Amino acid sequence: MTTPATPQPVDWHGDIFDVLRAHGVTLVAHVPDAGHTPLIEKCEAANDIDTVTLTTEEEGVGLLCGAWAGGRKGALLMQSSGVGNCVNALALPDICRAPLLAIVSMRGEWGEFIPWQVPMGRAAPTVLEAMGASLFRADSRAEVGAAVEAAASFAFSTRRTAAVLLSQKTIGAKRFREG
Amino acid sequence: MLRRRPLVAALLRDRPEALLAVSSLGSATWDLSAAGNDARNFCFIGAMGQAAPFALGLAMAQPDMRVALFAGDGDLLMSLGALATIAVQAPRNLAIVALDNEAYAETGGQPTATAGPTDLAAVARGCGVAEARTVTEEADIPGLRDAMLNAPGPVFVVVKVAAEALPLVFPHSFDGVTAMNRFRSAATA
Repeated sequence: MTTPATPQPVDWHGDIFDVLRAHGVTLVAHVPDAGHTPLIEKCEAANDIDTVTLTTEEEGVGLLCGAWAGGRKGALLMQSSGVGNCVNALALPDICRAPLLAIVSMRGEWGEFIPWQVPMGRAAPTVLEAMGASLFRADSRAEVGAAVEAAASFAFSTRRTAAVLLSQKTIGAKRFREG
Repeated sequence: MLRRRPLVAALLRDRPEALLAVSSLGSATWDLSAAGNDARNFCFIGAMGQAAPFALGLAMAQPDMRVALFAGDGDLLMSLGALATIAVQAPRNLAIVALDNEAYAETGGQPTATAGPTDLAAVARGCGVAEARTVTEEADIPGLRDAMLNAPGPVFVVVKVAAEALPLVFPHSFDGVTAMNRFRSAATA
């Protein structure tokens, strides 16, 4: 008698971490975000990766361009609200043809509860594309690893900005309870 | 009050091999370019506010080289949070020379906050950069040069400089790809 197979939970944070490692990423910059927290913790625990907590996401753009200029590869983790903070800074990797790998956890879409998240969540893909980024979307946990792999290959091979958009469906809608 | 162009030239005279220099857009880039065309210079011409985080990333990527950032007060004011990020990372090889003319020189000399109550060295100290101070005198230059090259970083020195109209001296190329590739080759050689 066999037990019916239960679907294994996808360790999508682990998948992202493995892709970053495989591409030689040693610098991970972020403004903390709940969706990225397990990944940030993995990076902090890794001896060969430095993590930098930013005061605003745009710092990460300059930071990673400077690191690239010094021969080091990085990744920028942020929430969709952070995309808006980066707009003018994104001119830097674009004009210098420095690779920029961004991994964006989307808010303001699937099942969003907080109205304040809606405007920037709605605008994030348009804003990124307007600044020359190519988008790689992951709509389920199983797709995350492949999307990050595609984006990392694209960014580091073509030296352009690649942004992975992790659907809110992947992360799960946030709920607050009153009282 | 010091004169920025001879100051930057003096700071870079007999430049050590392992010194990378970054300048923020506008006057600081013209100053660095006037001090000599050198592949170890990366000169911003846009992306205001990004020079400080760029210098931090560079310092973290090349810990055995010294990184000197020449930054205008306007550029630093646009990303004051970067000083907190720098203080937390505390790169021992990063020195920031703030060329503070108390004005947005490129756009007609409108006063910056440092013309009023804002003290950039105090901001840096408040962010946690212990080695932060302001210099104003010719006699301070040798000490400033020594701090820029040798003091354990992060070093942050504000130099009060005259607001003066100087000839523009352009960097090697306005093309970012040319500038990045040339600098990257020198920085990673």
